[in-house]
Amino acid sequence: MEIVYVYVKKRSEFGRQCNFSDRPAEINVDIQPDPGLTANFIERDPIDAGIQCASDMSEHEVNTERFEMENAGVNHLEGGWPKDVNPLEMEQTIRFRKKVEKDENYVYTIIQLGSLMEHCIKQNNAINIYEEYFEEEETADVADEPPSAKTINVFRDPNVIKRTATHLSWHPDGSKKLAVAYSSLEFQRSSKDMSYDSYIWDLENPNKPELVLRPSSPLVSLEYNPKDSHILVGGCYNGQIAYWDTRKGGQPVELSTVEFSHRDPVYGTIWLQSKTGTDCFSASTDGQVLWWDIRKLTEPTETLVMDISRKGVLENALGAIALEFEPTMPTKFMVGTEQGVVITCNRKAKTPAEKIVGTFSGHHGPIYALARNPFFPKNFLTVGDWTARIWSEDSKESSIMWTKYHMAYLTDGCWSTIRPAVFFTTKMDGTLDVWDFLFKQNNPSLNVKVCDEPLFSLRLQDNGRFIGCGSKRGTVTLLEVSSGICTLQRNEKNLAMAMFERETKREKILEARHREMRLKERTKAEGKEEDVKVETEEETPEELLARVQKEFFEIIEAEIRRKERAAKLSKPQVAQRPGLPKGWGGWGGSLTLVLHRGTGV
Amino acid sequence: FRPCPIATVARRESRSHAGDSSCASLAMAEVEETLKRIQAHKGVIGTIVVNAEGIPIRTTLDNSTTVQYAGLLHQLTMKARSTVRDIDPQNDLTFLRIRSKKHEIMVAPDKEYLLIVIQNPCE
Repeated sequence: MEIVYVYVKKRSEFGRQCNFSDRPAEINVDIQPDPGLTANFIERDPIDAGIQCASDMSEHEVNTERFEMENAGVNHLEGGWPKDVNPLEMEQTIRFRKKVEKDENYVYTIIQLGSLMEHCIKQNNAINIYEEYFEEEETADVADEPPSAKTINVFRDPNVIKRTATHLSWHPDGSKKLAVAYSSLEFQRSSKDMSYDSYIWDLENPNKPELVLRPSSPLVSLEYNPKDSHILVGGCYNGQIAYWDTRKGGQPVELSTVEFSHRDPVYGTIWLQSKTGTDCFSASTDGQVLWWDIRKLTEPTETLVMDISRKGVLENALGAIALEFEPTMPTKFMVGTEQGVVITCNRKAKTPAEKIVGTFSGHHGPIYALARNPFFPKNFLTVGDWTARIWSEDSKESSIMWTKYHMAYLTDGCWSTIRPAVFFTTKMDGTLDVWDFLFKQNNPSLNVKVCDEPLFSLRLQDNGRFIGCGSKRGTVTLLEVSSGICTLQRNEKNLAMAMFERETKREKILEARHREMRLKERTKAEGKEEDVKVETEEETPEELLARVQKEFFEIIEAEIRRKERAAKLSKPQVAQRPGLPKGWGGWGGSLTLVLHRGTGV
Repeated sequence: FRPCPIATVARRESRSHAGDSSCASLAMAEVEETLKRIQAHKGVIGTIVVNAEGIPIRTTLDNSTTVQYAGLLHQLTMKARSTVRDIDPQNDLTFLRIRSKKHEIMVAPDKEYLLIVIQNPCE
């Protein structure tokens, strides 16, 4: 429908002036609210709403592509010579130079600059204006700050299903890379989707591992070859040994045959010192220690069964968890076992029975870490159950020093490479302890909570400043300790040596004492068999007391009766002095004899 | 046939020429003396004079070293000067000193020339 309104105006009326007139307001349209429409709407709760009349903006972050930078040098050639002068021609250049020197401006300028320059030269010669004042005093007292540790970097397991970081190994040159072995140590807990990979991380890049190692079974331990930084050896969960060459990629170069490998996860692998640099040995909870040559992994070169009775019987063998080898003592090595016993072995012995030299027992649970003190190799640290113990090779009966029993299980430990009196331990509650036993012996000098999940492995970098800790969920945390912990204090070596010697001596004295006492007990036991009558009877304290009391009163009454009789008989005689009757001494003696026997019980 | 006036003219010219050269040579001698004096100071390893294009005019070091110093320091001085002037247009660079572990390089800049001295400050 077209709405049309026609305006009509007579032509004669064009151009007429407008006559405006007022009129009251008129309603043109009035639309009343229609209550019927409310059915289409729901009443809303009154709310406070803010309105702003502003243009919509959104924030965006864009990560630009990383541009490649390259450093290049520029070869600087002579330039700037005017066109007519050939820089290679000596004559022309000399002529040019002479011409410039004749210039008046040149002369004037040089004289000006010369005086300015001379001022500075003389200044330099007069006094060293950049002199360092108080240089020596700065380095004196930095050691008073309390020890602290700072997290530098965190490397997380990139897989969805997290595995425990069971072993860490630093790159031998410069320690810029960290090799971490990942596996799940919980009994039958590994799922099908769990990845078998282990990684080599570059410290600069925590987002992506530098190299992915792909074994056929998860790696429990992993070590860099200290002689050749491209070679790594790893012990697998299924007992095989594999070795990698980082130049060749992530697949193992060679894998040991299943028949000749271990039957349990390989918990410890260490490289040996040899001319070829290809020897290593491994230990596992199946009770065997195997020696391998990397070039031929089909068969171990040597085997040793960890049987303390020296019979080589595999059934009696103790499962080995920790291995220790010090390159300065190439013939000896130590094995820490699941049963809490440390076995020292000699590699060069002729028969397998002679290979096992001695044992140290003292832990209640598996020994998870075993390390010799780098400065005093005769003393070594063991970490197991809820304590950490320090042993000396000389005292075989017990450890010379030990920490108190902690609330959480200790999982790993190592000595500091710089300070002989400092060692680090990790616990199941996710804390790292730094012990300095020259400073404080009953408590760690520093306790750092690294993460919420249990820490399983620990490795100190060679400079003693950085520590890598691996946790149950595969997070490797890199910590830096304060300089007080990693700088050698004055006289520390001597103090540590004195402390070790003192404790060893104490243990030796205690051992000797124990031996004496045992000897005495044995002879006493033999002596007791002859005197059956009284000596073999063991009395309780109450019985003893009752008997003594009875005897006492009997004797007193006997004495009183005797005195009365004597008084009756010899009245005119001098009354006897009420001193100790004759029998007292003997009675006193018998009393002491009784007491002796009581304590001998 | 008048050879004399030419000769006199020639003599005059030569005389004036001699005068000019003597002035110039006097000034040159002074320059020589200044540079020699600078070189003779304790610890001074070398002196280089560079012109506005970076061409070494006078040097006491060998050619390759001179060329390297001349080129690099020329650019650095230009940069330093432009920096000073950017911050304050009324300002200008008067002297530039670079102290390194081994020695100190001092540059006295001018509109057209640069005087570079390498000194080993004695401590």
